[in-house]
Amino acid sequence: MFGLNLDACIIDVPEKYYSVQDYEKGVARWCPGCGDHSVLSAVKRLCKEEQLIPEKTVFVSGIGCSSRFPHYMNTYGFHGLHGRAFPVASGVKFRRPDLNVFVVTGDGDCCSIGAGHWIHAIRYNINLTVLLFDNQIYGMTKKQTSPTSPMGTISNTHPEGSVLPPINPLQTTLGVSNVSFVAQTADWVPSHLYSTIKKAYEHQGFSFVKILMRCPKFMPDIAKEKVSDKDMVRLLTHENGIPLGAEAKRFTHIVEHDPSNMDHARELAASPEISYLGLFYQNKDALRYDLYGAHNINYTPEQKITAINQAMERYVI
Amino acid sequence: MENDSHVKTAPQQGTVKRKQLRQHIVEIISDSGEGAQKAGQSFGAVCAKMGNGVWTVEIIPADIQPPPRTKESASGIRIRIGSERITNAGDEADLVVAFNEIAPYSRIDQDAFKPGTIMLIEDYWAGHDSSEIRENYARAMEDFEKRGYVVHQIPMEKECLKLVPDAKKGKNMWVLGMLCFIYNRDLRFAQAQVKQAFRKKSRAVVDVNLQLLQAGYEWAVENLDLRYDIPSIETQQELVVMNGNEALGFGVLAAGIEVCSMYPITPATSASHHLAETIEKAGGLVHQAEDEIAAIGFAVGSSYAGKTAVTITSGPGIALKTEFIGLAVMAEVPLVIINVQRGGPSTGLPTKVEQGDLLALLYGQPGDTPKIVMAPSTIEECFHFVVLARQIAEAFRIPVVLLTDANLATGVQPFPRPELKKEWLSPPIDQSPWTEDLQPYAWDKETGLSKRPIPGQAGGMFTLTGLAHTEDGKVSYSPDQNQRGVAMRSRKLATFGKTLKPPQVNGDPSGDLLVIGWGSTRGAIEEAVASAREEGAKVSSLHLRFVSPFEPGLKEIFSQFKQVVAVEINYSDDPDDPMITPENRRYSQLAWVLRAQTLVDIDSFSNVHGQPLRPGHIFNMIKSRLQL
Repeated sequence: MFGLNLDACIIDVPEKYYSVQDYEKGVARWCPGCGDHSVLSAVKRLCKEEQLIPEKTVFVSGIGCSSRFPHYMNTYGFHGLHGRAFPVASGVKFRRPDLNVFVVTGDGDCCSIGAGHWIHAIRYNINLTVLLFDNQIYGMTKKQTSPTSPMGTISNTHPEGSVLPPINPLQTTLGVSNVSFVAQTADWVPSHLYSTIKKAYEHQGFSFVKILMRCPKFMPDIAKEKVSDKDMVRLLTHENGIPLGAEAKRFTHIVEHDPSNMDHARELAASPEISYLGLFYQNKDALRYDLYGAHNINYTPEQKITAINQAMERYVI
Repeated sequence: MENDSHVKTAPQQGTVKRKQLRQHIVEIISDSGEGAQKAGQSFGAVCAKMGNGVWTVEIIPADIQPPPRTKESASGIRIRIGSERITNAGDEADLVVAFNEIAPYSRIDQDAFKPGTIMLIEDYWAGHDSSEIRENYARAMEDFEKRGYVVHQIPMEKECLKLVPDAKKGKNMWVLGMLCFIYNRDLRFAQAQVKQAFRKKSRAVVDVNLQLLQAGYEWAVENLDLRYDIPSIETQQELVVMNGNEALGFGVLAAGIEVCSMYPITPATSASHHLAETIEKAGGLVHQAEDEIAAIGFAVGSSYAGKTAVTITSGPGIALKTEFIGLAVMAEVPLVIINVQRGGPSTGLPTKVEQGDLLALLYGQPGDTPKIVMAPSTIEECFHFVVLARQIAEAFRIPVVLLTDANLATGVQPFPRPELKKEWLSPPIDQSPWTEDLQPYAWDKETGLSKRPIPGQAGGMFTLTGLAHTEDGKVSYSPDQNQRGVAMRSRKLATFGKTLKPPQVNGDPSGDLLVIGWGSTRGAIEEAVASAREEGAKVSSLHLRFVSPFEPGLKEIFSQFKQVVAVEINYSDDPDDPMITPENRRYSQLAWVLRAQTLVDIDSFSNVHGQPLRPGHIFNMIKSRLQL
């Protein structure tokens, strides 16, 4: 009609607009004041802002307080085994590039029992958004020393204080070949938290976000110190980094850092006392294993049978 | 036996009478790298092509490059050929070709020869520059005679040097020619095999190997008085010949499984090697994970996302995968797990045969973890069972375990080329909207079955968890809910069992003795039973393809026999051993389970020698039990 080709002028209008409530499921049962609540809010906001289709979104976790996260999202979820979120999430994404896959893990889950998988997941650089909830203590099993607990932490396994220096997850991640995205944020700076998770989601590759978390139940002093001491927590800024919001005013120290500068990133990460919030490192060109994984999906049955028959020729006598 | 006297008249091709054999076992053994396996594989293929039954098994040194002229360096192949279908590697060898005098001792350690075994041995060492070697050779010849072997010293090196500057590269094809004469093989088939074996090499290499083949044949015509014939039935069917691991790989492809997630482990790895060569062209990938746990975790993730995956491993790998197997059972994730068993416990016997993982797979996970466990008993079944396993896993929302072993992994047997079917391939992932209000674990009260939501299905969103959960997938620690969930997962086994038919007894349905087996021992058991029946024994056998759940009707079958004995390759206490009483005796693994399940007093005949069970040993056991 009127010379119009109707097929050509269909505008891609989303069928449904998702509100924050559409991503909600149940009432989170973390302790009052726990940092996990803030991350849940930030993630729901991200889902809404990005209009992630709930059925195309999967949250994979391990075991621990943080790993309860998928139960509170109205998406697909996989609350699996302690330390094993990375292999599962990698398997989910490998042949399903259409799915948005998030990994929610804790300091025990990622840096202790799952440390082997963590190293290799960084190297695989599969397009996953990884949120490490680092509260420096085992919460679910009631206050045992975590690999990120500061030396001297009094816990049920070290009543006289822990005896080893902690592992530094930022340094570790920055030390692995093919690393592509490393950032740090904190649960008590909601706008920075949101912007960091958003940047991580937008990154095509394994985006690792370490989130400083408060555990008011088992680590009350450390949490208070970090929140109040203006010298201990500093912001990173750069045009390619995490955009700074109104909260920047609360920080005394704002440090310029180019996220393509690996050496400087490692220097900042190594700081024993000071926690920098922002994007430490990003390399958009790192090789992605999931692109290899998805290179031959959707072969037809005919193609498959032809290939198998060809291979079988060699065995015919 | 078949190999006693030899015709001593002057050899003239075609005119001399050949000794007719029903079957023969040939071994070719050399130092690692001298090509004995290539010669043996080609010989096996020629025999299969001529319509003979064939079973070949490689003799592989434990190290990659052991020092030459040592027992550790012995590398080779056993080829058992017969007029009828051959189902196992058999007993002692009838004829051995040895490239030096030391290699046979590695086989003597395995009890592989007998008095009367014909030994065709390279004579080059008799005139070697080193007096030590000359003396060693002479001593060995004396010893072989003493052991009753019929020794023929063969100038392999000398004859090969007429055609090639380095006899090490070529001796194997000369030997193939010699064997072709001894067993009256059609040289045209052998020539085709040589061309196939060297297809990646230059024309010149192919030509010289063809000359060596011809030379070996002609030398034998002039100089050997060994002439056999093994009549065959020529088949019109197209055959493929491969080992069990290759068959597993083709099964994975034919099942349309797109993800094989593995970590290297002997003797399972070669299955993934063969798969890796082809799977990308067939629309799939092999993922080599960072460890065994990650390998199954990755597979579980892929299966959860709708692409049912396979993970292939062996005993120590299974130990590490235990927690994920439990999760897959608990969360009802379809998955195919292949365990190519080796000797255990711990790292055990990496390259040897054992069926020691049955109980580990049935009960190895904490809590109640019902799963389906199948055991292929032939190379062909290795192929078809994978196809079946994926279908069962998806239909019953359950992990399916295939138990093979090192015997099937390396045994080579021809079988009719499978005609691939589209319906064997996994269907496209269901992405249709989820039925409104249908819960993610809406267990059917009768069967325990439920439909599985797959990521991407609108309205099906749920959080899979290894925690106790209700029909709606929510975590629940309620006593009744947990009882129900565990019961529903268990019920699926009973439901699956209803789809199975009672197994077929091999032999009469009643008698004095029933031999029960599972997995790779089938050929040896059935051969022993056939021999015993020929001698009048009232013995039958039963081979189980499913070990969880069992096929129905077992108790009824057992009741028709005076004695029932499980024959398997895993440990059982000998009732005559010190400290052992009827109360504390530990039985072999299948016997344990069958005793518990049927309350029948099933005995065990088993060992952990790391070797395939020999028909001769089973035959002797049958005779002694029946006091024949």
